[in-house]
This record gives sequence, C-alpha cells and structure tokens, in this order.
Amino acid sequence: MNAAADIRDLFTRNLRTSGIYIAFVGIVALFTILTNGRLLSPGNVTNLVLQYSYILILAIGMVIVIIAGHIDLSVGSVVALTGAVSAVLVVREGMPWWVGVLAGLGVGLAVGAWQGFWVAYVGIPAFIVTLAGMLLFRGLTLQVLNNVSLSPFPKEYGNLGRGFLNGLLGGYGYDTFTLLIFAIAVVGFAVSSWRSRRAKLAYRQHVEAMGLFVARIVAVAAVAMWFAWQLATSRGLPIVLIVLAVLVLTYAAVTKSSVFGRHVYAIGGNLSAAQLSGVRVKRVNFLIFLNMGFLASVAGVVYSARSNAAQPGAGNMFELDAIAACFIGGAAVSGGIGTVPGAMIGGLIMAVMSNGMSLLGIDQSVQQVVKGIVLLLAVAFDVWNKRRATEARA
Amino acid sequence: MAETSSPNILEMRGITKTFPGVKALSDVNLTVRRGEIHAICGENGAGKSTLMKVLSGVYPHGTYDGEIVLDDTPAEFGSINDSEAKGIVIIHQELALVPFLSIAENIFLGNEQLGSNGLIDWHRTNDEAAKLLARVGLRERPTTPIQALGVGKQQLVEIAKALSKEVRLLILDEPTAALNDTDSEHLLGLLRTLQDEGVTSIMISHKLGEIADIADRVTIIRDGRTIETLDVDLSTQDSVSLQDRIIRGMVGRDLEHRFPERESHPGEEVLRVEDWTVYHPTQPGRVVVDRANLTVRAGEVVGIAGLMGAGRTELAMSLFGRSYGREISGRAFVHGKEVSVKDVPDAIDAGIAYVSEDRKRYGLNLIEDIRRNISAAGLGRISRNGWVNAQEELKVAEEYRAAMNIRAPHVLMEVGKLSGGNQQKVVLSKWLHTQPEVLILDEPTRGIDVGAKFEIYTIINRLVADGKAVLVISSELPELLGICDRIYTLAFGRITGEVDVASATQEGLMALMTQETAQEVRA
Repeated sequence: MNAAADIRDLFTRNLRTSGIYIAFVGIVALFTILTNGRLLSPGNVTNLVLQYSYILILAIGMVIVIIAGHIDLSVGSVVALTGAVSAVLVVREGMPWWVGVLAGLGVGLAVGAWQGFWVAYVGIPAFIVTLAGMLLFRGLTLQVLNNVSLSPFPKEYGNLGRGFLNGLLGGYGYDTFTLLIFAIAVVGFAVSSWRSRRAKLAYRQHVEAMGLFVARIVAVAAVAMWFAWQLATSRGLPIVLIVLAVLVLTYAAVTKSSVFGRHVYAIGGNLSAAQLSGVRVKRVNFLIFLNMGFLASVAGVVYSARSNAAQPGAGNMFELDAIAACFIGGAAVSGGIGTVPGAMIGGLIMAVMSNGMSLLGIDQSVQQVVKGIVLLLAVAFDVWNKRRATEARA
Repeated sequence: MAETSSPNILEMRGITKTFPGVKALSDVNLTVRRGEIHAICGENGAGKSTLMKVLSGVYPHGTYDGEIVLDDTPAEFGSINDSEAKGIVIIHQELALVPFLSIAENIFLGNEQLGSNGLIDWHRTNDEAAKLLARVGLRERPTTPIQALGVGKQQLVEIAKALSKEVRLLILDEPTAALNDTDSEHLLGLLRTLQDEGVTSIMISHKLGEIADIADRVTIIRDGRTIETLDVDLSTQDSVSLQDRIIRGMVGRDLEHRFPERESHPGEEVLRVEDWTVYHPTQPGRVVVDRANLTVRAGEVVGIAGLMGAGRTELAMSLFGRSYGREISGRAFVHGKEVSVKDVPDAIDAGIAYVSEDRKRYGLNLIEDIRRNISAAGLGRISRNGWVNAQEELKVAEEYRAAMNIRAPHVLMEVGKLSGGNQQKVVLSKWLHTQPEVLILDEPTRGIDVGAKFEIYTIINRLVADGKAVLVISSELPELLGICDRIYTLAFGRITGEVDVASATQEGLMALMTQETAQEVRA
C-alpha cells in the first residue's frame, strides 16, 4: 500500500482514532494564533502541565472504568478526602511528608475497595454506588477537616505537585537534564515503533508506508523535543510530569497487553460472552474500582501538593472533567471502546481550551459553555461515525 | 388506482443497490401474485434482507436503482411509514417488541387508540387487541407483558400488530428460525389462514421443508441476483427433489452430500455425567434437568435431541461451570476423574468447552477484532505473568483463520462485520484454542447458510478424528442423524432415550422427544 492510500485511510476509515489527534493539533493551532503565541510560551507550557496533571491522572483510571461499561462520579470527592487525611497527618499532627502520601494512597485503596465491593459483588450499578460515594466522601472530607482548610504542607510534599528537577546536569540557560530525559524517551519511542513494525511485518500484517512511518517518528520526535526545550528554558522538568509519564506508560501497557486489560475490554464489549469465556467478571470489576480509587488518591496527593493546602471543597467537579476527557478521547458511551492515550489527548484538548480561553481573558462562564458544547460534539461525532460504519457494512 | 387487471400485487424490477464498495443487489426481479405465499431463498449474504429493506422503505426511494410496482402503480417509498400506509408490513428476524409493555400496548405502539378526550382509550385498546389475538390464535390476555411470552408467542404478537395495520403484504424474515416445531406449525397454519383472508405473504426462510409445505412459489437469490422463480407444486414433484433443486440454485452447485462422510472409531470414555439435576434459577422447586446420565467417548459425536424447553441448553450450560440454574447436583467425570466445576474458568481447566446457541449474545464481542475474539477464552495460553504475548496472539489467530477457513481479509477485522458462518468459525476457533477434551456445540449451524454448514460439519469431523469428544445439541433432526454416532433424546428435563444413529429415524426420535415420562408416577 502506498503513502497516499495510507493518508486517505487516516482521514476516512481510521477517522475515529486519528480524528482526535487532528482535532488536538487544530485546537492548539487555533489558540496559538489567537493568543499570539502565548499559549506555547515556555512558562505557559509548564503551567499547563502543572494545572491539568491531576485531571489526566483521573482520566487514566476513568477510561478503564468507562471501557468496562461503568462510570465513577466520586473521584472529585476522593481527591478531597485524600488531601484532607494527608493534611491532618502532616500539617496538623506534624508527621513526615511521606506518611501523608502513603496514608492518602491508603485512603484511595480503601475507597476503591468499598465501591468495588458494592459494584462487583452486590451488583449495584456504578452510577448509584459512586453517586453515593460522591456525597459520602465529600461529607467525610468535611468531617476530617472540621470544615476548615489546612496548610501549608512541607516543601518535600509540595514538590510532588509543583517541584522541578532542574540543573542536575547543568546547562546554559536551559536544563540539560530535561533535554536528556526527553531524548532518551524519543529514542525509546522510535525503537519500540520500529520493533512493533518489524513484528507486524513478520506476521504479514498491514503496516503504513515506510515514508509515512519515518515522517510520523520524526514528527513525534520534533514535538517532544520542542516541548522539552520549552520546559528546559523555563523551570525545568516538573516532578509531576514524571509521575504522569510513568502512569500513562504503565496503564497504556496494562490496557493494551495485559490479561486484565483484555478482560476489561471483553466485559465492556459483551458481558455475557466475557463471562462464558472464563472471565471472572466480579473480580475484574472489583479491581477496576480499586484501581480507580488508587489513581484518584494519586491525583488527590498531587492536587493538595500543588495548592499547598487541603480544602473542604477541593476536587469539586473533577469527575466531570475526567469523564469528558475520556469521551472526547474516543471512549464509547456503551463501553468496550477507549484507550488511555485517547483519554490523555481528550484531557489535553480540554486543558488547552481552558488555558487558551483564560489567556484570552474569556470569562469562566463562557468557558463552561464552550467546554459543554465540545463534549457534546465529540460524542455526537462518535455516534455519527459509528452509524456511518454500520451503514457501510449493511 | 388502476383497475386490478394484473394478477400481481407486487413487481420489483431491476433492483440494484450498492453500498460503498459492495454491490448488494444487482438487477433483481421479483414478482409476487395477489394472495400467494411467496418464499425467498438464498445463502446468508445473498441479498434477501436487503431486498426486503428496499421494498419496505428502510432504504428509501432514490438510494437504489430499479422500480417497485404495487398494484400496477409505481411506488416510491421514502420511509417505512410510506410502505405501511400501503399495507406492506415487515416482521424482522429480531423481534421489535418492548419487553416491559403489555401485548396490547405493543400492538398499538405508534398507532395508539385514542378516546375523544385525546388520551389513550385503554378499554378499546385492550378490546381490539383481544380480537387480534383471537385472529392469530394466541390465548393470552392483552395485558400480559411481552417478557412473559416465549419467542413463538411474541412472533404471533408481531403478526397481530401487522394485522392491526390492515396489512395486505406481509413480509416475514425467517419467522420460524427461533421457533420449535409446534410453534412453527402454528405459525405456518396462521399464514395459510391469512392467505384465505386475502393477505399476501413474502417469507424469507432457510427451512426448505417448510417452504415445500407452505409456499406457492419460491424465488432463489444468489450473490445479489435473481436465479429463478419456481412453482411449488407437490403434485408434479416430490418435496425432496424440489428441495434439492432449491439447494442447487442457492449454492450454484449440486450438493449431493449435505453431510461429509466420516468413519467412526470411538475410543475411551471422555465425559461421564451422573444424576445431573438442575433447578430453575428464579422459580424455586422447578426442576429443569432431572437426573440426567450420559457419556461421550473420544472420537465420538453424540447428539442431544429435544424440543425447545426440554432442557437441552440448560443441561449444557449447567455442565459448563454452572452458567445456568441453581442447586445443581450430580457428578461429572472427565477421563474417568471426577471434576468439580464451580465456574467457567474451572470448566475450561477441566477441558470442557461450550459453544452457545446465540453467538451474538453469548459467543462474541462484536466490536472487537477476530484476533481478540479467538484469544478471549485461552488468554492464559499466550500470556506469561499476566502479560499477553501480542505476537503469539496474532500467530494463533492467523493459524485458526487458515485452518477454519474464516473468510476475512485479515484477523484485525471486526467480528461484527463477518457473516454468520464465519462468526461461528471464530467462536469455534476460540474454544479449540483452549484445547478442550470435550466440546459442547449448541445449535452449531443455526442461522448459517448451506455451504458454511457443510464446513462446520467438516470441522466437527476433523475434531473427532483428532480424538476429541463432541456433544451436539440441535433442533434439526436430519442434522443430528447426519453427523452423530449416538443420540440422546431429552423431554421435559429427562433423558428419555439413547439411540444408535444406525437404527434411528426422525419419527422414532420425535416419539422419544415428546414422551412424557411414565416414570413420573414412580413412588
């Protein structure tokens, strides 16, 4: 197959998967122009990462929940509860920062086990269980905090949300370490792409034309290194970006290549067939919610670290941003379809839009309207695309 | 309207319908006479359903070429409402009833019987519904919810609904596919009654015996083209030769042997089930399978014959990791060793595989590709420490695609896009990949065309030649007689007989299948 046909494919058959990337590039370009380039300034790029990292972390867990055909409305409250418990131990009781982190993660696991129990073993729809959780954990947050904010956290704790690795290897107005890490990542990406291409060829599977393959690698490398340069010339490598990168890589692999991941897709695609194929559905559902609780608490730690406080109202509406990210990123409302990278792009689209509109001084109220419409259109596009696919097949 | 000089109620001329990349219908002609029962035959994917969708306005005028002439007047349907206004009603294979609503509500859905105050007149609704139910011979109250009815009765409700719309041309897409023999008989009888009342019917069917029984004429479609229209006249030809003629037309070749030859060499016993008893999952005290005993040997195909509701699927699914029923008791042995099977993973470990009768609901993840459907049950074989070996998975899928002759360009194709026969091969591949000792095949050829059936039989033969034990459940007695070594008959939850295929006849089996056991009264 030649490159032209591949490109045509990208815009037609694979529109569902590629469309989101095209939309992302378009939105970035739009706001770059509207803001006269301020969107992509080193300082702002750094800010973007810091500001939306916790939504992206939530979206990782959420997309798995959604693929399996569930929903989780409680994550915003779990973010708040995590920060609250952590703050009580570290700020009020003066315990070391890592005790707070571990306690926070413990809270997340406990919450996850609680909700997983009701969803998986009692069989109550996740919508109800997590709606209850949303109220329950918000209430517990207020109890724990006695309705007042607690601050400040010690510096080590704060670093998790707003710290940087800078100057480890020196540099001349830019941080060599950041550039090096990104260079390693780019090489790793190229090597793994190459190996996967080789493996596909060995099994006589279709691969994109060589030219397109190289162009894609070069494009990814260029974007990554440009991104690294923006960070390196600003404040260096944000610690939260490392956390995020580890989580994204891990969970992308888990969803794509682990038995657990396969079972999640199988449950979402056809529950009865999954059960009759030997999937232990209850256990998998339990683990999905346990994992969601864990990731919500990671987001909770990052958020409290970044805001340097535990507030009673923290994390309000985060669940909706995370859910929106998944659907904009191509997850299907009916379950069975979705990817971690897709959800990340979906989250970044929301992030760029909010950030871009803030830079333009657009009012918060308008921002909400725009975000709502984008979510609606994204799902409408998905529905339209699905109908197009079935018609082509009938 | 023109005077009805022509004997034809409907003429479809030169119908051509193209989908992106595929020509589904190519210059198809269909003439239906007033008052006849007209059958349409063809392999799956031949274009029968597409033709009916063109006729009923699902594909509106302008999206196809050719013309439709109804009562000598050209008809241009923009939607299904237009065709219904002309008295054309289509009853789809998948019934379109709302399970939680009553029979009467379903019949008048979209056509509500309003009183003078503009609200629904429930008395009239139920009364009219009762009249319609009497016409179709369904003895149920109009207020009974649909979900309380079996498929056969639901089918009758669909027809009652069609009658409420003053139907003149009734289109039925495989009306008896999901029905047992009694319900089928009743439905076909009803079609005859309607015929006497002047209703013309078009019936798509795979059941050739049924066509020979009821149809006046039959049109055969192959690869989107009309092959021929035959008169069904059993006074000049016998049913078997007519059926052979239809089959030849459908597959375009002589199908001398509908079942591949096989030499039988049964070996040692692989599966033994003793005193297997299963209770209904929701109705306490109701026995669904009663003290069943059976054995299957290596290299042997054993059939289970039984009417719908006899407990065939229930027996199979309860054996397969207690996927059905409660208070299951009895013992199961694989290779002489008792196995304790508490759930599906246990059953797979014990070497039992179950291919469901409803592959779309219980067998496949339709939005996933061929590769991942094949690997779904045997992921453990291609993974280490919980990580799937993607290369190995692809290799396995490719091997099965070749071995099972799954017709798809590549294994990354969505399973939902395959034809029924190829989907069934994917399900079979999935279970073969678990390396089972015994395979339970529940209606393995339901809803797939003649050519693909032959392939499935060939696969079954290959399995037993490899020493596997196969248990086949089927509603089609000729199929059981054609492929099995032994047949158990099941009636009302009990095994009523065990027959060697050499001495079995359809009549003999049917007698056993309808036997209300005399042991019932034993103390």
